[in-house]
Amino acid sequence: MFDTVTSLPSRPMLPALAPAITILTVAVLAAGCTAPSEPNDEQQGRDARSIVLADSTEPESLNPLLGYGAEGASKLYDGLFAFDGKQELRPALAAKRPEPAPDGKSWTVKIRKNVTFHDGSDLGADDVVATYRAALDPAYASTVKSEFSMLTDVKRLDAETVRFDLKYSYAAWPAKMVLGIVPSEALAKRAPLDRSSLNTKPIGTGPYKLVNWRRGDQMSWAANRDYWGGAPKVNKITVVFAPDDNTRAQRMQAGEFDGAVLPPTLAKTFDNSDTYRTVYHKSVDYRSITLPSGHPVTGDPAIRKALNLAVNRKGMVDGPLGGHGVPASTPFSPARPEFLEPEATFDFDRSEAERLLDSAGWKEGADGIRSKGGQRARFTVMYFADDSLRKELAQAFASDAKEIGVQVELAGLDSSAVKPRLAKDAVVLGGGNPIDPDPQVYDALHSSRAGDGYANPGRYRNPTVDAALDKARATTDPAQRSAYYREVQRSYVDDPGSVYLVFLEHAYLMRDEWNGYQPVIEPHTHGTTWGPWWNVEKWTPRG
Amino acid sequence: MVERGEVDAARVMPHSAHRSRYHAVLGLIGRRLLFAVPVFGVVSFGVFLLAAASPFDPLDQYYGVRMNRASEADLARAREQLGTDDSVFVQFGRWVGGVFTGDLGVSRSFRQPVTEVLAERLPWTVLLCAVGLVLAIALAVTLGVLAAWRQGGWADRLITATGHALEGIPPFVLALLSIAVFSLALGWLPVAGLTDAGAGLSAGQVARHLALPALVLGISQAPWLVLHLRQSMLSSLADEHVTGARARGLGERLVVLRHALPTALLPLITLIGVRVPELVTGAVLVEEVFSWPGAAAAVVQAALAVDFPLLAALTLLAAGTTLLGSLFADVTTALLDPRVATDG
Repeated sequence: MFDTVTSLPSRPMLPALAPAITILTVAVLAAGCTAPSEPNDEQQGRDARSIVLADSTEPESLNPLLGYGAEGASKLYDGLFAFDGKQELRPALAAKRPEPAPDGKSWTVKIRKNVTFHDGSDLGADDVVATYRAALDPAYASTVKSEFSMLTDVKRLDAETVRFDLKYSYAAWPAKMVLGIVPSEALAKRAPLDRSSLNTKPIGTGPYKLVNWRRGDQMSWAANRDYWGGAPKVNKITVVFAPDDNTRAQRMQAGEFDGAVLPPTLAKTFDNSDTYRTVYHKSVDYRSITLPSGHPVTGDPAIRKALNLAVNRKGMVDGPLGGHGVPASTPFSPARPEFLEPEATFDFDRSEAERLLDSAGWKEGADGIRSKGGQRARFTVMYFADDSLRKELAQAFASDAKEIGVQVELAGLDSSAVKPRLAKDAVVLGGGNPIDPDPQVYDALHSSRAGDGYANPGRYRNPTVDAALDKARATTDPAQRSAYYREVQRSYVDDPGSVYLVFLEHAYLMRDEWNGYQPVIEPHTHGTTWGPWWNVEKWTPRG
Repeated sequence: MVERGEVDAARVMPHSAHRSRYHAVLGLIGRRLLFAVPVFGVVSFGVFLLAAASPFDPLDQYYGVRMNRASEADLARAREQLGTDDSVFVQFGRWVGGVFTGDLGVSRSFRQPVTEVLAERLPWTVLLCAVGLVLAIALAVTLGVLAAWRQGGWADRLITATGHALEGIPPFVLALLSIAVFSLALGWLPVAGLTDAGAGLSAGQVARHLALPALVLGISQAPWLVLHLRQSMLSSLADEHVTGARARGLGERLVVLRHALPTALLPLITLIGVRVPELVTGAVLVEEVFSWPGAAAAVVQAALAVDFPLLAALTLLAAGTTLLGSLFADVTTALLDPRVATDG
């Protein structure tokens, strides 16, 4: 050590450093110059068998029991059934359609033979049983547990058959069987799933296997050569996470990706692009504003009805949604017309809204805000501060409400701050499941779910609606179910408990170099798992 | 820094043998490491206290979008299973117990063991910081010497003014500016990440993606070092041995580089240790902006998720690095002191 010190004065430091600095500078600059702003070498000779996508959100885990691919379409896992993109469920890991018992309280499912997990082990009834039991067992702390509240148990009948036993007759049960199946070995330990290896090293039966996942950056998948549905022709998929919409659009402009999720307003700027095709997918993804029943203003039936008439939904579609969406009056989406009551809508009629308020005794004050018996027509609408679309919709709602003399104050909050206030303040909500109306509407409208977390946060209670919802979930006949749902909608618009604003259309950009693209009706959570790539395992390179 | 007195004690005994110098330094290291134990305890408990006081609900992060469908009863059961409702003392006790058995706990935001998170991310942070630090030192030496040598000249004025200006610019502003210029406008370097989309992990890829973040980190750390080196160069240029060298008729280049610079470099080496906290904070900001998959960027995610175990581990890591930095500073001062050296 002391030798170094004594030798220091005689060693010329700068000349020794100078070349190092030069080399570093040159290396940095050279690296810069060899990187063209346009597609790089790999992408120039692009291999049509691999796809690079850009997504706005990164999954928190890859475990279906922690909510990964909860509505299906995950590339890593298969459920017993899968959504066909339009209206039907088709068997995936199930061998054929499920068979309900006559009372609708149990469903027997035959499991597909000769299916293997990514680790080579065989799929059997035990894996299905273990997966659903882990969803139910509180010891695993699964985040999808509440969505299986109708399930009492799942039993293995033989090596290839399982039976689901339900608490009550539940027609929408097949829609719950899209849950990704994981190997029973991975669930051997009854412990909270935050430690599960599946979170980062998924083992499924899906058409793709995870190759690597660099958090906050990208994830890549390779085709599962042994996929039971046939090996995918697109060999490799890379998903890059770029949360900022503008950055993603810019990188898209530079040709870095083969596809991306973009807000419709940004996707529009690519309308004349030679490289990319813009596609818009219908969805059941709604935005609504709750009207808490316990609040003296929002609990008043005249106010509820008047707000529904005063909101310019068309203006919201044309403005914040960039023309891509449809007005909503109820939680039933026109994307599933078989369940829709076309008459159950609210007109945009400001004078009728004002007439309603006048006759209910809400009198306009000097400042233009109405009041009744000393109560000013004023309430707060909360939205998640990081969601710009919800913010814009809340602003549009507030200005529409002001037109009829109702004062709406806005509060952009973190989700932890929103939850405790749900009973007394309104909030902008979003959600939607395309596979079946029950998960979408029952929680939102049924009085038994009032005030339970985000289920029916406004505590809406309507006995006619309750009865029709209960009958609809207990009926397996599609025509009969549809009739009950129409009844729900007719009763709801007579006595609305929220202001449903719009259903979104999700916008995507894609290179048009593959055959097999099919539009799909999308859920609330989408991203590149859905979008044009929801069936990418069936795509083939063109030409 | 805390025990600078001891270093001075070592300094005022220039005539003792090497052995006792070694002993003094080893003693210093030993005492520092011992002192670090209570520091670590206080720091990690502080993290747990802060997280407990935070308004964020850890279940929000655990559930994500699924929160929309979760019933209150199930949420309560999940809290019980995950132990998020336990008092901060119980949670801290559980964590400390784990640490002694080598289990740093599970990161709630990454949903994997903390040790795995660190093993995956720490190397990238070390790489970024090391390259950034080397760049900062290189800049400091070249620019500091140049400015002192030509004191009052245009180069000096430019370097000093830029140095002072850069000291006031936070690293993330520098990072955003450099992205705007080098990535978006000129298109020379990639915007973010470790490799291009779909490209494998290769040295070339990483080097290209490392260039901007390392440069930003280096430049943001450099001004302080540049200005310090300039100052100590100025005083060493006025030293008697430098005047002596000039009097012997040695060339200017030789005088500056071989006689003045080495004396001026000694304080710089010790200063680098003191700069470690700034380097750590700089790394957090730079990694966040450039989506660099390092440990520093995980701090932000862990904090937002009230992820006690990961936050505690990362804070301890930062505290440890800082303590090591200041120990390095004091040890080098003790060992590299010119009086010790010339005596040897």
